[in-house]
Amino acid sequence: MKQKSLTFKERGFNFEMFMWIITRLTALGMYVLLLTAVIGALIMGARTQMNIADVIRWSFMPNPSHVQSTNVPDLAPWSTIFWRLVASTFIFVAVSHGVHGLVVIADDYIVSPRGRSTVRFFSIVMVIAMLVMGLYVLWTQ
Amino acid sequence: MGLKRNVSLSTGLRYKGQGPMLTFVLHRIGGLGMGIFVTVHILASFVGGEIGGLANDIYTHWLFQIFIFFCALFHGINGLRITILDLWPHLIAHQRQAIWIEWAVFIPTYALAVIVILQTALGG
Repeated sequence: MKQKSLTFKERGFNFEMFMWIITRLTALGMYVLLLTAVIGALIMGARTQMNIADVIRWSFMPNPSHVQSTNVPDLAPWSTIFWRLVASTFIFVAVSHGVHGLVVIADDYIVSPRGRSTVRFFSIVMVIAMLVMGLYVLWTQ
Repeated sequence: MGLKRNVSLSTGLRYKGQGPMLTFVLHRIGGLGMGIFVTVHILASFVGGEIGGLANDIYTHWLFQIFIFFCALFHGINGLRITILDLWPHLIAHQRQAIWIEWAVFIPTYALAVIVILQTALGG
């Protein structure tokens, strides 16, 4: 198959293109964060103190309240600055990936320029609101 | 804005997009499902109290877990396929096979998870 490659300039690199590549990269980033949380949980004793459902719950958001109901005796290693930073990174990556996904879906049904800019305005409000609430919960418990 | 759809719902449902179309639809359902779940979950954990407890009862229910795990697992595996095909475009020649590999990974993993969820919910 013959391929024709264009430079960024010919291709027209704009915000949509930027978000397109960001969506792919954040997907890979979330795999890295998930694996970090799984490996961390195994190091901290998940193999004997947690079941697989709790490990999955912790991996999707490494937040100490997600291991409270397990047999883990001491929550201290699970609530370090490191895990809060991993969780904060995860919520930032996931919210930007997810809200952009909602904008992409909305663009399939809302086609007027005015409607689209309204969708974009609310998407920015949503990102800020989710980040403020999520980070507040993560750092104040 | 030249987008116009003069297509009825019944015609739309008869569209034979086959495998790729099915993954597109399921990817969208999975993304929406997770988006709504994460939004409600963050809101509930921020508000707390009785409303938070009510939301907690919903998403610890086994039916909801079967649904949300489908969303997360399918969106994750399908998203990995999309990412790999998009970042290494010469692999697009094998896109049909990629979808078969995707199902070969998804079906056993999801079946196992559903069995575990049901055993916990019904067997205790």
